[in-house]
Amino acid sequence: MSSAHITPVRTYVAVFGALFVLTIVTAVVAYFDLKFMNTFVALTIACTKATLVVWYFMGVRYNTPLTKVVVVAGFFWLLILFGLGMSDYLTRPWLGVPGR
Amino acid sequence: MADSHPSTALGAGAAAHPKLQHHFYNMDQQLEASILGMWIFLVTEIMFFGGLFMAYIVYRTAYPDGWASSSQLLNVYLGGANTLVLICSSVTMALAVRSAQVGSRRGQIVNLMLTMLFGTTFLVVKYFEYAEKFHHGLVPGALWNPQHELADGTLVALALPSGSQIFFSLYFIMTGIHALHMVVGLALMAIILWMAWKGRFSPQYYGPIEVSGLYWHFVDIVWIFLFPLLYLLGFHLGQGH
Repeated sequence: MSSAHITPVRTYVAVFGALFVLTIVTAVVAYFDLKFMNTFVALTIACTKATLVVWYFMGVRYNTPLTKVVVVAGFFWLLILFGLGMSDYLTRPWLGVPGR
Repeated sequence: MADSHPSTALGAGAAAHPKLQHHFYNMDQQLEASILGMWIFLVTEIMFFGGLFMAYIVYRTAYPDGWASSSQLLNVYLGGANTLVLICSSVTMALAVRSAQVGSRRGQIVNLMLTMLFGTTFLVVKYFEYAEKFHHGLVPGALWNPQHELADGTLVALALPSGSQIFFSLYFIMTGIHALHMVVGLALMAIILWMAWKGRFSPQYYGPIEVSGLYWHFVDIVWIFLFPLLYLLGFHLGQGH
């Protein structure tokens, strides 16, 4: 007997509905110029959608704590790449490095 | 699981499942190990795509005008439709795994076929998008010759800000590698469909369909980020190309 949790169909349908609506919302919002908020709004919606997919469709919600740590660590390492990468590129002009 | 002690994990007198490999105590542990292993592979995939997203951030910072003007040339309607198609494929994939968990062979077959149908639709739409970009000379390198198509179909030269070629380089490599992952995913689904057809999966044993589903959803997540970052970036500027 497997102890795996079986997600009800209505949960999958609800998540599907949310993903569908968020896709429409992100496209409609992008039609308007929100200045510096454009990318922020687009990425907030994208991260929400990705979280829904990871948590429900991929079922990380019901996985062991070890799997959860691996998943979070994976995305966290990506932020380290972006954070340290851009801290380099964005600060190069400050020092006037030749050729930037 | 009331008792997970190794010597008693199977329970007294319980026969081992034929799919239980000898190095696992029980089916639950075997499934957990498969899921963990798949996630470790997916983390390497996050890093793989992460390098491309890093390049995207660096060049978008360096060429904001080239980025916005080039993004405007992508077809938001086709890209958006493809996003919805992939979401449909993800929900059918999740339902295919669920069908295995509840022991429905028919449910697995129907949902896997739908997943493959949506996946194929995505690639067909992508083909038409690529063909249009080639037609308009928006391919970086020797073929680079940006053109604007008038209502009567004539092509006139289009001046694009610097950095546009880098945008299209990243557009083709990011969506191209994503499409390659879709092709691999479709091949994987064909194998899983065959296994499901043969009735290989049961509520006690469904590891292969579960981990293949994780891969499929991951590819969907990559597109969830590619769509706003590539297509929607210049949408507010109007699609007046």
